[in-house]
Amino acid sequence: MTDVTTFERPVADDLEPGAEPTAGHTTAGQTTAGHATPPTFIPNPADTPIGPRRGVRESTLDERFNIIGALLAGPAIATVLFGWLTPLTGPVGWVVIAYLAFIGIYVLLVSLRADREEVKDRVLSVLLISAGVVLFGALVFVVVYTVSRGFEALLHVNFFTQTMQLAGPLDGLDVGGISHAIVGTLIQISIALVITVPLGITTAVFLNEIGGRFARFVRTISDAMTALPSIVAGLFIYAAFIQLVTHQRSGLAAALAISVMMLPIMIRASDVVLRLVPGNLREASYALGSTRWHTVWSVVLPTARSGIVTAVILATARGIGETSPVLLTSGITAVMNVNPFEGPMISLPLQVFDFVKSPEPALVIRGFGTAAVLILLVLLLFVVARIIGGKGPGQLSDAQRRRAAQRSMDDLQRITTKRYSVPAVVPASPAMTSTPASTPASTPPTPPAPTPTPTEEPTP
Amino acid sequence: MAKRRTFESLTDVHSLLTDKTSVKEPVERVFAEEIEGSEPQRPDDSPETDGRTTRNRREPTNYGGDDRRSLVSTPSRSDSVFKLVSFTAGATTVGIMLAVGLFLSLRANDALQVEGINFLFEQQWSPDTHQFGIAAVIFGTFTIAIIAMFVGVPLAVGTALLLSEVVRGPLRSFMVSMVDLMAAVPSVVFGLWGLFFLQANVIPVSKWISTYFAWIPVFAVQDSATGQTLTEASAFTSSAFIAGIVVGLMVVPTQTSVMREAFSQAPVGEREAAFALGSTRWGMIRTVVLPFGRGGMIGGVMLGLGRALGETIAVYLIISPIFTINWEVLKTGTNSVSALIALRYGEATQFGLSALMAAGLVLFLITLIVNFTASSIVARSRSGAQTN
Repeated sequence: MTDVTTFERPVADDLEPGAEPTAGHTTAGQTTAGHATPPTFIPNPADTPIGPRRGVRESTLDERFNIIGALLAGPAIATVLFGWLTPLTGPVGWVVIAYLAFIGIYVLLVSLRADREEVKDRVLSVLLISAGVVLFGALVFVVVYTVSRGFEALLHVNFFTQTMQLAGPLDGLDVGGISHAIVGTLIQISIALVITVPLGITTAVFLNEIGGRFARFVRTISDAMTALPSIVAGLFIYAAFIQLVTHQRSGLAAALAISVMMLPIMIRASDVVLRLVPGNLREASYALGSTRWHTVWSVVLPTARSGIVTAVILATARGIGETSPVLLTSGITAVMNVNPFEGPMISLPLQVFDFVKSPEPALVIRGFGTAAVLILLVLLLFVVARIIGGKGPGQLSDAQRRRAAQRSMDDLQRITTKRYSVPAVVPASPAMTSTPASTPASTPPTPPAPTPTPTEEPTP
Repeated sequence: MAKRRTFESLTDVHSLLTDKTSVKEPVERVFAEEIEGSEPQRPDDSPETDGRTTRNRREPTNYGGDDRRSLVSTPSRSDSVFKLVSFTAGATTVGIMLAVGLFLSLRANDALQVEGINFLFEQQWSPDTHQFGIAAVIFGTFTIAIIAMFVGVPLAVGTALLLSEVVRGPLRSFMVSMVDLMAAVPSVVFGLWGLFFLQANVIPVSKWISTYFAWIPVFAVQDSATGQTLTEASAFTSSAFIAGIVVGLMVVPTQTSVMREAFSQAPVGEREAAFALGSTRWGMIRTVVLPFGRGGMIGGVMLGLGRALGETIAVYLIISPIFTINWEVLKTGTNSVSALIALRYGEATQFGLSALMAAGLVLFLITLIVNFTASSIVARSRSGAQTN
């Protein structure tokens, strides 16, 4: 009746003779024959010798020869063509010809041994790797080129300590510096952060924790504003703030323009981070009777802390590097100005822009040096962001985990080793049960904190 | 009269409780007939006004008459303050952003009323003689952005596939953070590189293309007056081609990270199924990863396009501004809206500023459309990656 086929070895002793005919004809025949020598057996895993581990992703010798051969042949062909056979010139042409030849020879070599699908696969892998190499090469080259051309300026200490006030356009690199631009950048970005960090994070909290129709509207609007071209943000501040209110360019105007540009970025990044906070943490907090504000302040924000810090730092990096809003609003100056409310205040990207507009070689080198300082600043911010962030919400470092464990141990000890006086709830409880409607709902039933009365002696 | 239910075993009770039709009913009502002496009561559906908040109350019925307890609680003082503060923050944000939009529109209105629809078709830009339009600058903006896409998209797709499919281990996370870092490199740095390095090295390439592909009208470089083919190097500087390459490199990191995000979410089961059916890695990418990540790809391309359209400084440093439509992308001279604003805001009169605002508003609307299309495509795609 039950017709279950198992792949296990039939245990002959378990089978009663009377049950055998019901267990299917073929198996029955085999089991009866298997009394003497079992037809199937489970191999003992310990008997099988284990060979050397095979790397699944390793390439074979054949494949390696293909790629090395093609890599050698491509440039060789290009050199031959350029040197002797054809009237081709120029490094760009050489690279293009060498690459094409490399691809062609690689296809040829692979197709000696493999079918079409595999040839396609190999060629596409090579193309993908080439795209990566080109991209990373180009991006690294952009940075290295800037730093190397500005290196001469970076070697002079006065580049960091002096301003351009006393340095004429024809002066060498040993006079003048960009300290005024560094100070200007720091002041402007500080003002922008003072505006955007509280506003941005609170708005992100509003989007996530309060919700509702208005929150959706806010989210749509802030998403839309990420599309605002930064020059338009600058133009807005120029027309609305400089022309109508202050009538002069100032660091404050530049900071406002940067804020208008940074705010949507900040909101969006913090919003994404807050959305990653696990819902069960919130629910646990509510279940313990905490209020909404308490949940946000002591559960949601601490959990998302590293992500929020990362978001802030990345937005700062964007804000520092933006030139176009500052171009319209801050004004260009060569003197140190620490008052953001009055007078032009230059910042690093604008100083770069101002330097390289000049044809003087010394100024151009200064421009590259300033750009190198800017890159290093952004790099520094980025590394700090990686060190702080890079962890999802709720992931703790070892030290944090130890501290949390220690805190909960302390709590446990505090609770278990001390006797507390039971708070007199007896008069309150009938009121709670009999007249529920009149219960002040503004005070949610928070569990009374276990406060030991001073008369109590802690039991050992 | 409800059907008499019998519960023979716990399984019946369980299936009844987890059944979709009965799960919305309170347990008490389901078991009403089992509970002696209780009558199911209709919950009170009337809206309840509680302080400032009005809500539809529908509370579960409690049995036993008097001790019905309201589950609706008014927020504590800290909560109301919190709610108020965060609401204010949201309102402030919206206020700032709407102010930007409204102010731009109002100020742009002056110029638009003078020029009317002609604003979109006029090439010259001299607001003081009331002859201005954005045909040339919008054309230049799009030319640069499209060249940037031709440069950037193959690199971005290739690198995103490389990062999600080929490279693994610590190298991958290093490269991913490199891409993120590159997205933060200031645009003025790219502008410097384009101006001082790329320009000199691209001119021979431009010359070669214009020599051998002049039969494609876009690549021809001719003197606009005589129609003569130009070959000297000065005819190829500061072109839309060079600006496009620089802007393309600038937007690649943004595109790459959006695409990589989408590709890496392709389900493992489908990947393994493709491999189990004997496909090669490229076959798997073509049949699983690319169809899955298509939305992310399109979204990434459009996000990059949005950034390319709004790019200012790199373009401003490289191009030499002209106010005519220049089809020959390799030839000197092009323009873009943001470069126009950066160029002309200083000497502009009030009316000129209003004209610039109109141009900025048009640019903003275009990038807005591009960005919203991108995020809706990404959100509707299977991968549903976040675009940030």
